[in-house]
Amino acid sequence: MTTQGIHIENLRKRYGSGDTAVDALKSVNMDVTPGEVVGLIGPSGSGKSTLLKCLGAVTEPSGGKMVLGDQVIYDEGWQVQDLRALRRDRIGFVFQAPYLISFLDATDNVALPSMLAGTPNAEARARALELLHALDVAHRAKALPMQLSGGEQQRVSIARGLVNRPPVILADEPTAPLDSERALAVIRILNEMARKFETAIIVVTHDEKIIPTFKRLYHIRDGITHEEVGEGRSFQER
Amino acid sequence: MINLAGRDILHAWGKFVFTGIGLGLLIGVTLVMAGVYRGMVDDAKVLLENSGADLWVVQQDTIGPYAESSSLYDDLWRSIRSMPGVAQAANVTYLTMQVQHETHDIRAMVTGISVGGPGTPGWPPSLVAGRQITRSHYEAVADLSSGLRLGDRLRIRRNDYTVVGLTRRMVSSNGDPMIFIPLRDAQEAQFLKDNDAILQQRRRTAENPAFQHPDVLQHIFALQSNNPFVNAILVRLEPTSDVDRVANSIHRAQRLTVYTRLQMQRILVGKLIATSARQIGMFLVILATVSAAIVAFIIYTLTLGKIREIAVLKLIGTRNRTISAMIMQQAMTLGTIGFVVGKISATFSAPFFPKHVLLEPQDSIAGFGAVLLICLLSSLIAIHAALQVDPAEAIGG
Ligand SMILES: Nc1ncnc2c1ncn2[C@@H]1O[C@H](COP(=O)(O)OP(=O)(O)OP(=O)(O)O)[C@@H](O)[C@H]1O
Ligand SMILES: [Mg+2]
Repeated sequence: MTTQGIHIENLRKRYGSGDTAVDALKSVNMDVTPGEVVGLIGPSGSGKSTLLKCLGAVTEPSGGKMVLGDQVIYDEGWQVQDLRALRRDRIGFVFQAPYLISFLDATDNVALPSMLAGTPNAEARARALELLHALDVAHRAKALPMQLSGGEQQRVSIARGLVNRPPVILADEPTAPLDSERALAVIRILNEMARKFETAIIVVTHDEKIIPTFKRLYHIRDGITHEEVGEGRSFQER
Repeated sequence: MINLAGRDILHAWGKFVFTGIGLGLLIGVTLVMAGVYRGMVDDAKVLLENSGADLWVVQQDTIGPYAESSSLYDDLWRSIRSMPGVAQAANVTYLTMQVQHETHDIRAMVTGISVGGPGTPGWPPSLVAGRQITRSHYEAVADLSSGLRLGDRLRIRRNDYTVVGLTRRMVSSNGDPMIFIPLRDAQEAQFLKDNDAILQQRRRTAENPAFQHPDVLQHIFALQSNNPFVNAILVRLEPTSDVDRVANSIHRAQRLTVYTRLQMQRILVGKLIATSARQIGMFLVILATVSAAIVAFIIYTLTLGKIREIAVLKLIGTRNRTISAMIMQQAMTLGTIGFVVGKISATFSAPFFPKHVLLEPQDSIAGFGAVLLICLLSSLIAIHAALQVDPAEAIGG
């Protein structure tokens, strides 16, 4: 068991009860080390989104254990009082649609999670600008989301996910709306950021273009994860 | 922390400004309606103030002369004049009627004032142009709001009058301009019958077998053509006398009803303009409801348009309090824009109203408070919707 990155052990989630109960997650086991980007793929209805919601602390699992960084957040029950603060400080979210706040410019979109955590505006903006530089969109810092291209929006949303330096980033189909060049660029950026900020990143995807780029890949089928490693990967039940 | 509400408003300023203007016009109408009510109360006070009376003596058990008809013999004033504590007493008649001027007619309160001069109760205390009535017939002093000018001729019943003086702010509690004419003329206007009616009355009297003596008949005819009535006697007291004591002694000695200025003011405000006040009250309630519905609808729609963003805000750790405050501030901003537009439009449109509109600062302050309260309550629906949003929605399915 690692004490850094992400550690998930026998995680279960059942929606509803009785006859209509759905076991969305039956046994999920994953480990992601800091600085690593792993892929998570699986057919529709296999439980990918459910897993992100549990890890993202917006849906309560039914059992199992989750560790983020050095903090056990779930062990047959939440181990954290303030899930909102947990999400704000320790988890970065990157979505399929970038879901930027339409009335804030790129800088403030990125700075917002930092401001919410109490950082003074100027400092949060400076940090945001630094990230926008790193992601090569600093020239669009004053633009509103609707004035940005899809790829630029995605990079801004990655910057937002990184701004509080969370130990964990959860990305849900981050490349879906992008062409393959831009999609590969996003994955490259995520890898760079993971290394640079020692972040553990999980990327949920259907995107054939980017699947080969993951050194480690988890398959999820019927709520059970299987791990595949490296070139000429072989399945291995966990 | 940046102000989310402010940034959203700047981003969608068109919606806020245009809704605010619409709301503002409603609020403007509301303020004017409140002003109309204040104007009526003010008119009533000015009417009583300008009459120069401390006591109103009217027909027993009536609430005349403004709110009910009242008639008294026109010689009673002498005995009231001689009572202790009374400085002056004067007859007065009031008749609200259509006054003919050239091709059109003017609704006015024709006031008959007794012989005397400025200072006599009932007389206009001051003029803005011309002079007071000096002859005992066919002269008139009119209020500016009647639109009449010096030298204009007007017709009241069968007689023509010349406007010799003009007053300002001399109106009835309904806002009708006052036109002062000599008491005799006014009595005639109020009580005199037309020629046909006189002939009819004489024929009926002559047919009555009880009056068949020619001398008796002549006396009766003379009596019938005499009009010894007025509507009220206005009394001014000695500065040192006790209002209630004198009122009581007149009441007991003359078997007449006597009102002090305070009582008269209560009658005017409580009875005469009570119906108008209720109408205005209803109107205010309707306008407040419509405004609330507009604010609630707009804020709710704006919030629904941001559901996805609210889910994201919650996911990245925004407090419910911050989100509620954002919505509430937007509602307040809408209310404030509305109030400013309303106040400006009310101020500029008030002079064009046919009635006296009195915009009191305290009404504006109360109105602003009410607008903010309405906006606050209206935003609760939107806040409820926003707080229902599940942050998991941001992650999707
Ligand atoms: N709120 C819910 N209540 C009941 N059942 C749910 C709920 N959310 C998801 N499910 C069920 O749980 C299972 C897993 O759903 P999930 O959304 O995690 O799948 P997914 O892998 O994200 O699929 P897709 O690739 O289509 O997005 C599905 O059978 C789904 O119907
Ligand atoms: Mg999904």
